[in-house]
Amino acid sequence: MASTETEAQSTAAPAGDDTAAGTTVTKAGVASGDLAGLEAGLDALESTVVARQPWLRTTASKALPPVVALAIVLGLWQLAYHFELKPHYLLPSPVDVGRSLQQKWLEGTLLNFVWTSVSRGALGFLASVAIGTVLGLIVAQVKAVRAAIGPILSGLQSLPSVAWVPAAIIWFGLSDATIYAVVLLGAVPSIANGLVAGVDQISPLYLRAGRTIGATGPAGVRHVLLPAALPGYIAGLKQGWAFSWRSLMAAELIVNAPDLGTGLGQLLEQGRELQDMSWVLAAILLILIVGIGIELLIFAPIERRVLRSRGLLVKS
Amino acid sequence: MTTTTLTKQQPATADTATTVPYAARIDHVSKSFGRPGAQQHVLDDISIDVAPGEFVCLLGASGCGKSTLLNLVAGLDAPSAGAIETPGGRPALMFQEHALFPWLTAGRNIELALRLRGVPRAERRDEAERLLELVRLKGAYGKRVHELSGGMRQRVAMARALAQDSQLLLMDEPFAALDAITRDVLHDELTRIWTASKSDSAAGTNLSVLFVTHNVREAVRLAERVVLLSSRPGRIAREWQVDIPQPRRIEDAAVADLSIEITEQLRGEIRRHGQH
Repeated sequence: MASTETEAQSTAAPAGDDTAAGTTVTKAGVASGDLAGLEAGLDALESTVVARQPWLRTTASKALPPVVALAIVLGLWQLAYHFELKPHYLLPSPVDVGRSLQQKWLEGTLLNFVWTSVSRGALGFLASVAIGTVLGLIVAQVKAVRAAIGPILSGLQSLPSVAWVPAAIIWFGLSDATIYAVVLLGAVPSIANGLVAGVDQISPLYLRAGRTIGATGPAGVRHVLLPAALPGYIAGLKQGWAFSWRSLMAAELIVNAPDLGTGLGQLLEQGRELQDMSWVLAAILLILIVGIGIELLIFAPIERRVLRSRGLLVKS
Repeated sequence: MTTTTLTKQQPATADTATTVPYAARIDHVSKSFGRPGAQQHVLDDISIDVAPGEFVCLLGASGCGKSTLLNLVAGLDAPSAGAIETPGGRPALMFQEHALFPWLTAGRNIELALRLRGVPRAERRDEAERLLELVRLKGAYGKRVHELSGGMRQRVAMARALAQDSQLLLMDEPFAALDAITRDVLHDELTRIWTASKSDSAAGTNLSVLFVTHNVREAVRLAERVVLLSSRPGRIAREWQVDIPQPRRIEDAAVADLSIEITEQLRGEIRRHGQH
């Protein structure tokens, strides 16, 4: 807006107001030293220093509201238990759930359950990243491929991955292969879609600028396309992880065999078979904590770093 | 033996220096867009030679196709008719938007251009620092693009364009989005860099500039030659040689006088479109 106005002024009125910078300078033109000083002054005036909040304070102010909310939920839960809205075997207290967790911890099995699921999730996720990235690049770059499988790929995102479980069991039996197949089918589409969206959102200006400095072909993909698509790609990875974790739990709940390791999904299923409600709630809690934990500890910092370095994270 | 080698070599060196007396030749170029039958003629029979070391401004109102012409010279698009030659290889191009990559620091943006030009890794850092110093941004190497002001970004973009070491610099309204004070300073800066490249022509850095603008006084402030394009389709309406010595100031009386003359002609061109 402002630029068009100043432009209009200087073309329409030849004797107009471009003199702003020139009033103090002699007509002979600016000597080189003067120009350097003038520029340094302009740069200093126009640069703003954004001070970052101290780390501890930011964390504290961000952590407080969820902690309060959590305390309120636990309080309401305890009240419901206290007034026995449901019989105790249907609605155990928070303390009962804690004891259930503690018992598994003392048996030394708790971390094993968590590790079994997390390692499966991580492995499945990494495989999904490898496949989804290649697939996404091809769909984003090759018009015919996009026309053919683009809609299917985004449609697959709305298919609950638990729907794949029966098919996977028929194909692979009760095995690890079934679990990984379900995870891949859940996560690959969202990672590929994230990359496609990231590529689509690239400003044409960057592609044009890249071409003029000689970034064409593979160099263009490497130096312009991929880095420019990174924010969308990371959003896709984040969603891909959420889908991996969900699909994994769906698979683990149903694919239950003694020779497969016991993950959190299987733990949950065992709790149901034993009609042990505090065991079931403890397992749900663990699944939630792992999902949120990985998002907060791995994806959130990466995303924040990428966005901040590009000036896309505006603090109000 | 020595004489034959000499006579053999001389035409070869003269080839680039004298037998190609232009940095860019726009030869009877036309450009239309759209399907046959519903075509829109944007450029009609444009011929311009930019001499080595020359500073030419293309001036015109909206719809004169000046940016289209620049894209053609940059090789981003192909003319419908006619030919464009840039003997010095791919020209460097600067836009109204800085078009710097936000995922790289200012210095790395320049280094990427150096790298794509084939400069060895060991030399890139020093060369990037040298170019930043040239646009008076010493110390901005590690700055992120969003940490720089509009004027600073445009100077980094200029350094990145210069990093291509092209003989021809194409500029598409590069200062149009800047405030008047900053624009004025960047005019001085561009004139200084261009003049310095001329006095340094032994090193082969004789920089030619083809500068597109719709700002008459900017054109007169900067150029040795101003080419006025008419609109729809773009044709060459008139040319002026600007003999005012550099460094000029935008508020010089001589600049103002010529600007008034050119503006009158430009307004005449625009009025013709309101008559039918």
